[in-house]
Amino acid sequence: MSATESAKTGADPSHSATQDAATVQRGASGEKEFVQVHCSTVRFAGDSGDGMQVVGSQFADIASMTGLVVCTQPDYPSEIRAPAGSLGGVSGFQLSFADHEVHTPGDSPYVLIAMNPAALKVNLREVQPGGILVVNEDEFNETNLAKAGYAANPLTSGELSAYRVIPVAMTRMNEEAVRHLQLPRKDAARCKNFFALGLSLWLYDRPIQPVLEYLIKKFRKSLSIMAANGASLRAGYNYANTAELFHVQHTVAAAKLPKGRYRRVTGNEAAALGLVAAGYRAGRTLVYASYPITPASEILHELSKYKDYDVRTLQVEDEIAACVGAIGASFAGAIGVTGTSGPGLALKVEGMGLAVMTELPMVIFDVQRAGPSTGMPTKTEQSDLLMAVHGRHGEAPLAVLAAATPADCFAMAFEAVRLATKYMTPVIVLSDSFLSNGAEPWRIVDPDDLPDLHTPAIPSPEQFAPYRRDPITLARPWVSPGTPGCEHRIGGLEKTDITGAVSYDALNHQRMVNVRAEKIERIASDIPPAIVKGSGKADLLVVSWGSTYGSVAAAVSGLQEAGRSVDHLHLRYLNPFPANLGSLLKPYKKILVPENSMGQLCMLLRAKYLVDAQSLAKVEGRPFRVNELIKLIGDFLTVM
Amino acid sequence: MSIDAPQNPTTEICSEQLVDPHPLTRKDFQSGQEVKWCPGCGDHGILMQVQNVLPKLGIPREKICFVSGIGCSSRFPYYLNTYGFHGIHGRAPAIAMGVKCARPDLSVWVVTGDGDSLSIGTNHLIHCLRRNLDLNILLFNNRIYGLTKGQYSPTSEFGKKTKSSPWGTIEQPIHPIEIALAAEATFVARSVVASPQHLSQTLEAAARHKGVSFVEILQDCVVFNEGVLNSLGERSERDNNWVFLEQGQPIRFGKNREKGIVLRGTQAEAVTLGENGVREEDLMVHDSGSPSRVSAYLLASFNPPEMPMAFGIFRQVQKPTYDDLLVEQANEAIAERGRGDLPRLLRSGTTWLVD
Repeated sequence: MSATESAKTGADPSHSATQDAATVQRGASGEKEFVQVHCSTVRFAGDSGDGMQVVGSQFADIASMTGLVVCTQPDYPSEIRAPAGSLGGVSGFQLSFADHEVHTPGDSPYVLIAMNPAALKVNLREVQPGGILVVNEDEFNETNLAKAGYAANPLTSGELSAYRVIPVAMTRMNEEAVRHLQLPRKDAARCKNFFALGLSLWLYDRPIQPVLEYLIKKFRKSLSIMAANGASLRAGYNYANTAELFHVQHTVAAAKLPKGRYRRVTGNEAAALGLVAAGYRAGRTLVYASYPITPASEILHELSKYKDYDVRTLQVEDEIAACVGAIGASFAGAIGVTGTSGPGLALKVEGMGLAVMTELPMVIFDVQRAGPSTGMPTKTEQSDLLMAVHGRHGEAPLAVLAAATPADCFAMAFEAVRLATKYMTPVIVLSDSFLSNGAEPWRIVDPDDLPDLHTPAIPSPEQFAPYRRDPITLARPWVSPGTPGCEHRIGGLEKTDITGAVSYDALNHQRMVNVRAEKIERIASDIPPAIVKGSGKADLLVVSWGSTYGSVAAAVSGLQEAGRSVDHLHLRYLNPFPANLGSLLKPYKKILVPENSMGQLCMLLRAKYLVDAQSLAKVEGRPFRVNELIKLIGDFLTVM
Repeated sequence: MSIDAPQNPTTEICSEQLVDPHPLTRKDFQSGQEVKWCPGCGDHGILMQVQNVLPKLGIPREKICFVSGIGCSSRFPYYLNTYGFHGIHGRAPAIAMGVKCARPDLSVWVVTGDGDSLSIGTNHLIHCLRRNLDLNILLFNNRIYGLTKGQYSPTSEFGKKTKSSPWGTIEQPIHPIEIALAAEATFVARSVVASPQHLSQTLEAAARHKGVSFVEILQDCVVFNEGVLNSLGERSERDNNWVFLEQGQPIRFGKNREKGIVLRGTQAEAVTLGENGVREEDLMVHDSGSPSRVSAYLLASFNPPEMPMAFGIFRQVQKPTYDDLLVEQANEAIAERGRGDLPRLLRSGTTWLVD
């Protein structure tokens, strides 16, 4: 997809911001009373052993299957095994679903399902005022309250008066629901997440049948567990119905989406699939060399499953080996790819310089996280932009792309391979922690509809010279070992133009620096132009890049609908910038650049285009919220 | 020494090439680039032996790839008319791994030095060795930093005075062969530029070994470390200070092979045959294929003048190679699931139709 082209994003701010509060229709269908909403956000929270990720994903799948646009974001505890019931052990899964295109998992939940006091404590401040708290009251005993740091039981202390609290005896009712199966106590207790799922599916008028089908597939080998989870799910659903827990059901109409088959993908899954697809379309082996690092490791995990797709994954000894191993693979004619996060990108810097000098295709996936140093490994940030664009010794330009949404990681991974192989250059793709774990619907592509990535036929030995360039792209020929008659040597030393022989000649060096820069610049005319969403002549242009796309697009379109004079431009190509960017920026008196960094894109725009760009910086380890941006951009409009 | 080649791809290619009416010669491997090492540098001798050995392997030139790091030794690929990649400091084994994993059919060589792969790149060397990639790693050890003009290296002797250690180094040297043995490399050898024939035989045996081959080649740096070989025994005394290991043979040395090595408990001792009743049957017999690495460590630790410097193949065993296993796993996956069907992969998991 082209993020810049997807116009309908976020709709009016009341949808994405206040969500369920925006009741548009109240009615009755048969005996059911329902409230129709455009968009809602739910968070499941419990102990890390409570299965919150499972039921969150199930809810997301069912919402997707019933036609909604769904974005999800897990929130794992940072400790591997924090003590049960402790604040550090709370695991969450948030999802937003809508009848229109959205690209954020929602600002704040309208419904919080809290399986214990710690889950309530950790997540309460995020919940919308007036929102619904579904709590497992059975777990609000003295021990658990103490572990969560509650002096008094919040269910009775009155401190939750701003919310609609719905206490449910989930533990006991689950036990009853599965009693007939005579499971060991522990196994029986573990089903209560499906009780919670049943409740929430009723609340949003979603069918439970697909969950039962999932259980049949998942627990084929353990019929009693399958039956128990199913029984618990039904019990939860029925209880919500008969006990009139929520007074009304909420319903969201199906979204109007482009036709096709869809699935949900996380950013890292999409990246892996995009790379596999690119290898397939290039007709080359894909070699992914990597060192485990949060939050990029899933790309390695995913790709290591695909051995039957001509994909070779190398888990190597360090980040440097990963980078130069990918370069070696590219020299040998494979598509060399490495993936990492900030600390690893720093270690790959020297290797990337080698790839620039040897003009070999290579892709570096940087799933950014909060830095510097070890920083906050599980938290998101966009602060590697300047390192990606400029962070090498010597004059070492390369292409830099950034995915806008989880599903866009597929497109950008593919695009990176296209540019790398066409221009014989390393390409960095910037993703981040937020995109890597977040999931959204992706319209499945037919790989044969994707661009053909085969490189031009290699020259005959008589015609061949390692640095004889294509006159249009300035790419040198990609001739790998095994090709008779074209034996040649390349390396990190400066090359003589055309012959590739080592050269310390002054004028040759200037010429080669120029040509390497020119080659990257030429990419600008081979990428989609930037698009302004809006009038093109508003008082303010908001420029975003990377994962802030979802919230910035929603915020700006909200402001536009409220009559404010503001346009939006989102960048997926950071180096080179799209060829038309300068002329698009020029008419604006003011430009505002919201980023999860201290203003790195803002600096690049000012430096390159001499425009009055202002930074809206946020480095809290989490993305902008839509409401937050509406306020910040609105305030900026008022005072500017 | 034994240069019997185990079954491996190089020998397979060799048999194809036997029918070639135009076998390659040493000249075919000269790149025509002016060789820029200092006159008298040991690198010249190594280059000559490599150019002698390559035609014997029967591997087409285009299937050979030399990968190097940084340092004098690492200029090596430029002088060979094969594919070559001059990498960055210390990283040659990691680059070579990428090459080999992308193209397991290539004969991939790593040329490196003591600074390159025992200082900045030690990590990569060790991991490359333990993985048993089918590569040939030639480590030129002159015990000095030459290209940066004369600082001590990780293999420099304790107390050595150099530009960066005017009072002598205060570091214990690292021992390349022992590192390779600890990493369980499947072929570990040492040779020396001063013995061209031994060097040639060792290189050929390394090339024919299926699995990782590690060859430490001792050499002088005529400018910054002249006479380092003499520290292992003056030229006239070499027969008494150097021992050449032969597979399955009692370990003997000396001008008239009158000396030998005997084992006393866990210690080795240099003896003279006939003295104190020592007979040939008492001598240690060299077994490079021993499952235990203990005697290899012992031999590798010899240092003149107490014990003779040992040359030859310390260890040669067969183990599955990383590159073979990589391909095998892919083949297994294909046998089990069929060749990857990308449209099916993209549609996997929970999907739904919007129409």
